[in-house]
Amino acid sequence: MDFISILSIFVLACFVGYYVVWSVTPALHTPLMAVTNAISSVIIVGALIAAAASSGATGSGVAKWLGLAAVVLASINIFGGFAVTQRMLAMYRKKEKRS
Amino acid sequence: MIAPVSPALPPAPLAPAVEAVAANPFVSLAYLVAGVCFILALRGLSSPTTSQRGNRFGMIGMAIAVVTTLVTHVPIVGGLSGRTDLYGETWGYDYFAILEILAAIGLGAAVGITTARRIAMTAMPQLVAAFHSLVGLAAVAVACAAFLNPVAFDIADMVVPMIGQPFASIHVVSRVEMALGVAIGAITFSGSVIAFLKLNGNMGGKPILLPGRHALNAGLLGAIVILVAMFTRDQAPWIFWTITLLSFAIGFLLIIPIGGADMPVVVSMLNSYSGWAAAAMGFTLHNTAMIVTGALVGSSGAILSYIMCRAMNRSFISVIAGGFGASDAGSSGGAAVDRPWKRGSAEDAAFLMSQAEQVVIVPGYGMAVAQAQHVLREMGDLLKKEGVRVKYAIHPVAGRMPGHMNVLLAEANVPYDEVFELEDINAEFAQTDVAFVIGANDVTNPAAKTDKSSPIYGMPVLDVEKAKTVLFIKRSMGGVGYAGVDNELFYRDNTMMLLADAKKMVEEIVKALG
Repeated sequence: MDFISILSIFVLACFVGYYVVWSVTPALHTPLMAVTNAISSVIIVGALIAAAASSGATGSGVAKWLGLAAVVLASINIFGGFAVTQRMLAMYRKKEKRS
Repeated sequence: MIAPVSPALPPAPLAPAVEAVAANPFVSLAYLVAGVCFILALRGLSSPTTSQRGNRFGMIGMAIAVVTTLVTHVPIVGGLSGRTDLYGETWGYDYFAILEILAAIGLGAAVGITTARRIAMTAMPQLVAAFHSLVGLAAVAVACAAFLNPVAFDIADMVVPMIGQPFASIHVVSRVEMALGVAIGAITFSGSVIAFLKLNGNMGGKPILLPGRHALNAGLLGAIVILVAMFTRDQAPWIFWTITLLSFAIGFLLIIPIGGADMPVVVSMLNSYSGWAAAAMGFTLHNTAMIVTGALVGSSGAILSYIMCRAMNRSFISVIAGGFGASDAGSSGGAAVDRPWKRGSAEDAAFLMSQAEQVVIVPGYGMAVAQAQHVLREMGDLLKKEGVRVKYAIHPVAGRMPGHMNVLLAEANVPYDEVFELEDINAEFAQTDVAFVIGANDVTNPAAKTDKSSPIYGMPVLDVEKAKTVLFIKRSMGGVGYAGVDNELFYRDNTMMLLADAKKMVEEIVKALG
């Protein structure tokens, strides 16, 4: 992909983000932060590539270890972020039912 | 030069993995689907009823992105030891490396899930700050790895000069993206660490003001910009590492002058940064999922910061410049003592509320500190049994992060349709018998509407003083709110002060009601 196509995706995604986030109800702003935090850990993709690169090729064992470290950090975020969001969202309930 | 390769080695061994990414349309498609799932995850949050489904979309998207990357980037090695040279003949999967990666994911999962299960809801702001710092650090690590081993990321050309070793020359565009990624990641990391320490109470909430900090920050920022420009001409390691270090420093310096109650803005801002860092790395890797996510998270954080600033009637710049509440905190505290005010007891409060037709509860950060949300809900239940209408009014900046109070009330089983935002409930205070303020202060101060000299003038506030009676829980009459201003509300005829710890007071009211 050339730079312009990537930039196009980025700019359009910013607009999508703008409209989607404005429609989030203020009551769910904390879960919003938790879940955006989890999904921004998609950076794990880069970490996995670094960790999987054959260390012999360019002699960069350091790069591989950095990749592995980033995999750990991003995984904490992914699992922790989604789990805590799930926990919070499960608490929001409507009236009636109880009492 | 960096990353020298032995001349005998063609870049061929890496080609299969890299070409698989470029040539196989299903790979790009998978990342696109992941990106769409993330959009749906945020879309689900428009209502509590759809939110859990949205969260599942998020998990599916992440699973797609991770599995796709794992499948297309299987560690390959000649022989099985993982240490032999690559001369092309005997390739195999590097099972040890695969194991390492799976172990890394497993370790992260164990830590993440344990933390998410154990964390108290009142500690959510610090947890989010800590998570942001991890995203920042991960971005820094990935950017460094990409710098050290650019061939693996397919962002470099092998250059074989006439004299000297062949080396990987990183594409100029990728250098900018990489430098931005590392800078934003580092700022996110160190800024979030400071935010975490402040929210967690390891560091005082008071702003720390260094002399000449604006000049210092501007100088550092200028230096980073110049270094990024230099980096496009020369991929010297020292430039890259200096950018990284300076960015760590600037993140630290940016957050230390910002006080505790401005944290909603800071946390949202760092949320935004973590998104931009992911986007910058997405540009480097030409990865749709990362770019879409980065843009979503970046705009989400930016919008939340904007909402928080608007709710305090302050410009984003003034919040970031910091120092709010540091200067005038001392001046108004003394004057407070000699004005007349009324003190009530738990029994008075219980009586007033049980006779009321409608009670509106206004929670603030103090409720979170006292962990009073559960007993508060109990009080609400008892009042409802007496036939009282109970509603909750939430100011956008109540607490230490956007939506903080809503989560705490949800945790205490308060139905979300009894909880109202400022603009939806403000008109109702005039028809309310009792406004019950627990742990909030500045957001109820009528001076914001009338006193032009007040530092909070113009900030939208809850019109609690329009209620027939205001019950205001406060630990003592001495202290002032975060903005350092005295609250007009305390001295009004229709205000009754309940001086005690928030939780104890509500417990006593519950006893008196029951």
